[in-house]
Amino acid sequence: MAGIAVSTTINGDKVEYLCHPDETLLEVLRDRLGLTGAKEGCGTGDCGACSIILDDRLVCSCLVLAPEAEGRRVETIEGMAHGDKLHPLQQKFIEHAALQCGVCTPGFLMAAKDLLTKNPNPTEEEIRFGLAGNLCRCTGYDKIVRAVQDAASMMRGAA
Amino acid sequence: MVEVTLWGSLGAAAGGRNKIEVEAKDIRELFRKLSEQFPSLEPWIDRGIAVSIDGTIYRDTWSKELPEDAEIFLLPRLAGG
Amino acid sequence: MTVNFDPRYLKREFQSVGTRPLRPDGIDKVTGRARYGADFNMPGQLVGRILRSPHAHAVIEKIDTSKAEALPGVKAVITAADLPNLTDGDAAMFDVLDNCMARRKVLYDGHAVAAVAAVDARTARQALKLIEVEYQVLPHVTDVDEAVKETAPILHESVFTEGTETRPGKPSNVAKRVQYGHGDVEAGFAQADFIVERSFKTEQTHQGYIEPHACVASVGPDGTADLWVCTQGHFVYRQHCAQLLGMDASKLRVTSSEIGGGFGGKTHVWAEPVALALSRKAGRPVKLVMTRDEVFRATGPTSATSIDVKIGARKDGTIVAAEATLRYSSGAYAGMWAELGAMTAFACYRLENVKTVGYEVLVNRPKTAPYRAPSSPQAAFAVESVIDELAHKIGIDPVDFRIKNAAQEGTRSSYGPIYGPIGIGPTLEAAKNHPHMKAPLGPNQGRGMACGFWFNFGGQTCTDLNIGMDGTVSLAVGTVDVGGSRASLSLVAAEELGIDYSQVRAVVADTSSLGYNDMTDGSRGTFSSSMATISAARNAIKVLRERAAQMWDIPVEEVIWEKGHAVAVGEKHGNLGRLSLKQIAAESGKTGGPIAGHSELVADGAGVSFATHICDVEVDPATGATKVLRYTVIQDAGKAVHPTYVEGQYQGGAAQGIGWALNEEYIYGEDGRLQNAGFLDYRIPVCSDLPMIDTQILEIPNPNHPYGVRGVGETSIVPPLAAVANAVSNAVGVRMTHIPMSPPRILAAIEAKGSG
Repeated sequence: MAGIAVSTTINGDKVEYLCHPDETLLEVLRDRLGLTGAKEGCGTGDCGACSIILDDRLVCSCLVLAPEAEGRRVETIEGMAHGDKLHPLQQKFIEHAALQCGVCTPGFLMAAKDLLTKNPNPTEEEIRFGLAGNLCRCTGYDKIVRAVQDAASMMRGAA
Repeated sequence: MVEVTLWGSLGAAAGGRNKIEVEAKDIRELFRKLSEQFPSLEPWIDRGIAVSIDGTIYRDTWSKELPEDAEIFLLPRLAGG
Repeated sequence: MTVNFDPRYLKREFQSVGTRPLRPDGIDKVTGRARYGADFNMPGQLVGRILRSPHAHAVIEKIDTSKAEALPGVKAVITAADLPNLTDGDAAMFDVLDNCMARRKVLYDGHAVAAVAAVDARTARQALKLIEVEYQVLPHVTDVDEAVKETAPILHESVFTEGTETRPGKPSNVAKRVQYGHGDVEAGFAQADFIVERSFKTEQTHQGYIEPHACVASVGPDGTADLWVCTQGHFVYRQHCAQLLGMDASKLRVTSSEIGGGFGGKTHVWAEPVALALSRKAGRPVKLVMTRDEVFRATGPTSATSIDVKIGARKDGTIVAAEATLRYSSGAYAGMWAELGAMTAFACYRLENVKTVGYEVLVNRPKTAPYRAPSSPQAAFAVESVIDELAHKIGIDPVDFRIKNAAQEGTRSSYGPIYGPIGIGPTLEAAKNHPHMKAPLGPNQGRGMACGFWFNFGGQTCTDLNIGMDGTVSLAVGTVDVGGSRASLSLVAAEELGIDYSQVRAVVADTSSLGYNDMTDGSRGTFSSSMATISAARNAIKVLRERAAQMWDIPVEEVIWEKGHAVAVGEKHGNLGRLSLKQIAAESGKTGGPIAGHSELVADGAGVSFATHICDVEVDPATGATKVLRYTVIQDAGKAVHPTYVEGQYQGGAAQGIGWALNEEYIYGEDGRLQNAGFLDYRIPVCSDLPMIDTQILEIPNPNHPYGVRGVGETSIVPPLAAVANAVSNAVGVRMTHIPMSPPRILAAIEAKGSG
C-alpha cells in the first residue's frame, strides 16, 4: 500500500506506522495506534482536547501532520501514569473533582503537565493563561485551577 | 369533584375554556372525562401532559389519585436539558 | 410505590450521603481509558459521512447518487428514499425524520440530504462530492422578528398559527401563540406609581459540548442491531431509532458510551438513524462522527429571542402588574420553546396581575433543542433587567425589591399552580448577607444580581441492585452519567444498606439489561435514580432480613436491619447478635440464591428550584471588553448527595451563562449561512476569562424525595445572563438590552450614551 513510513517514540516506546501525507498525528494515534485518549473536539486547533507533548512542546495533535513525528518523542495521556501510580496531576484532578464529563481532561492534563514543567510555581493568573488553550464546557475551570495549584504544591514538596 | 385548569396551549385546544369541573378520582379517569368533553384534547393527552396537583408537578401516571378539592393544573409536557 | 420524604431525615445524620468520596469513573477519565462515542470500533466498520445543504431554504428537485455509488470503496449511499415515513401521523416524530434527512425541502444551511458509507474517510469525502443535488433556491428568513412579518418567506405551507382566537386564513411562520397569567394587568398598571417598559433581544447559542456526536451502528441481516452512541438517553434513542427505521425496539440494543457533554443537546437523534440506515443497506457496521462544523451547523442550538417586558410597581415597592410578550425562534420545526419562556418568565415573583404571551417562530435555522433549563435564561434576562431598572427608579435596593416581591409557599405561580415550600426567599436572603455584596468596587466596575427558576423533572426509572457473594454491591442504573452521578448513586446505596461507599460499584447499563429509563435531562439524573436506588435497596434489605432469619432459624419479624447488619431483636432472640451483609451474602447460595433488589418506578414530584447569582464586572471603556471579577452562585439543592458535584453543576451552569451573556452567538450572513461554525469564532469562555466561582448550597428539603433531593443541574444557567447584564449596565451606566454584550455592542452603547 502507498504511504509514508514513520518511525517515532511514543510514551517511551519505539513505534512504527504507515500513514498518508495528509493524515494528522491525532488520526494516527486514535485510528491506527488505538491511543484514543487524545480527542477530536474541533479538528482546527481551537479546543485543545487533542493536546499532546511533542519533544517537550505542547501541541494540538490535530495540527501536526503524522509524518512530522518522525524521529521525535511523543507523549500522550496514556503515558502519564507509571503503571498503577498516577501522576500527581491525575490524582489531584480526581480529588478536586476537576472533571465532570471528562472529555477535555486528557488535554488539560497534558497542558497542565507542560505548564508545571516550565513553571513549577505558577500564580493563579499564570495557570489560567497557561491553560487558556484548552476548552472545558462542564466545570467553569474553578476546580481545574485548584487541582493544578494543589498538584504543583505537591510536586514542589516532593522535589 | 376537582377543578381543573387548562393553561397555555391546552386551554386553546379546549376551545379557550380554561377552568373545568370534573368528577374524577385519579388521573386516568380525569383524562377520559376530559377527552369526552373536549375531543380536541386527545392528541395532547396521548403525547403526554404534566399534571400539577396542589402545586407539585407530576407525570401523567394513571393511578395517581386526585385528592378531593385539589387544585389541578394541566400543563404541556415539559422539555429539559 | 411512592417514596416520600420522611421529616425525621431533617434530624438524621447521614453516614454516606453528603460526603465527598472520589468518583468511580475518575481513574478511567484521567488516564484516557474511558471510552466516548468516537472511541469505539467494530470489526469491518465503514466510515459514514453526511452531505448537507449549502442553502438556507430550497426545494430538492433531484438527487443523483449514481456516480457516488460507482466509486470503488463506497458500500452504501442513502437519501430520504431509504428512510420511508413510518411515523404514522405522529407529527413530532415526522419532524425528527425530516430533520435527520430532508425529504422535499431543505430548511437550513447544513440540513442533511444524503449520506454515504465507505471503506475509509477519504473515499467517503470523495463520494460526497460525487452526489449531484439540484436545488431550487427559495428566499429565506433567519431573524425571529423578520420571520413574523407578513412579507416573510414561509417555511411550511401546512403550518397555521395555533392558539389564536379565530383560525388564521393563511400559513405563517408563527407556529403557536400561548398565553399564561392571571388577574388583570390593565387594572394593575393603573395602580402603578412607576412603570418600566423595555424590549430585549438574545442571539442563538449552542450547548457547546466538547465531544461531537458520534456513534457506531451495526445492523444484522436478521434485523437485530447494535448502536454504540454518546447520548443523554439511550432508551429514548432506541425508541426513536426503532420507530424511524421500522425495527422492534427489543431488537435494537443501545449502549451509552461515556458522554463528553450534552446539556440537552444530546437528547435528540440526528446522525443515529442515518448511521443505522447506512449499516442496514451496506450490511456492515458504520461509524458516523460529526465534525465540529456539523455540530454547530446541524444539531440543536437554542432559540434566539425578542422579548418585550413591562412591569409596574407602587412607590412602596410592591409590584402591581407584570406583562411580557416573548418571541422565540424554534428553528425549522416548531417546539415548545416560547411556551417554556412564557411559563418561566415571572416564576420568581408573587404577582396579582400577570400576563405572558409567547410566539413560537419558525426560521431557516437548525431545529432548536433544549439547552439546560431551556427558554428560562432568555426570559429571565429580560425580566430581571426590568426588575433592576424598576428598583433603581423607585430608589429601593435591588435585592430588597426582589425579597419584597418573591414568590413563597402559597403564592400562585405565573404559570398557574400554587407553590409548595420553595427556596427563592432563602437564596435572596443568603445573597443579601453574602460577603460578595461587601466587596469594594472601583472605577468602571459594576455589580449585578439576578434570580432564576427551573422546573426539574422526574420520570420513568429502573434500577437493579445486586449483592455479590463477596458482599460487594453492583448497582445498575439507566440514567446516563453526565457529571458524576454514579458516585452520588453509590453514596445513596451505601447509605440505605449501611455499608461503606467503597463496597458499591455503579454502572450505566445498556438497553437490553434494564427496563426503560427516561433520559438524563430536566435535572433528573440523581433525583430519579436515587429514588429508584433507595427503593431497590429497601427491597434488597427485605431479602437480606429473610436470609438472616433463615440462617438463625427465627421468624423474619424479629430481624431488623441496622448499620449494614441484620440484628435479631425481641425477648427470645435478642442475644443472637448480628450478621453483616458480607456474612449473609456469603451464604446466599444456600439460603435461596442471589440477593437483589429491583425498582421500576416513575420518579415524580421533583420540585422546582431557584437560584440567585451575584456578579461583579469591570468594563474597559476603550475596547468594550468585560472582565468578570467575582461571581457567586446561591442555589437550593434540597439535599446535596455529593456536595462537590453539586458545586460543579452550579459552577458549570454559571460559566455557560457568562459565555452566553458576553460573547456567544450564531452569526448568519445575508445568504442565510452560518458564518462562525467553529470554536475560534463561536467564543466560549476559556480559563483566563473567569474568576473562581463561589458557590453556596442551600438545603430546603423537597417533600417528595426520601432525602429531600431536588434536581440541581439546570437552574444555574438561568440567572447569569441577567446578573452579568445588570453588572455591565451598572458599570457603563447604560441599560444593555442585547445579548451577548460583546465588545462592539458595549462600545456602541457607551458611544450612544456619550452623544445622547
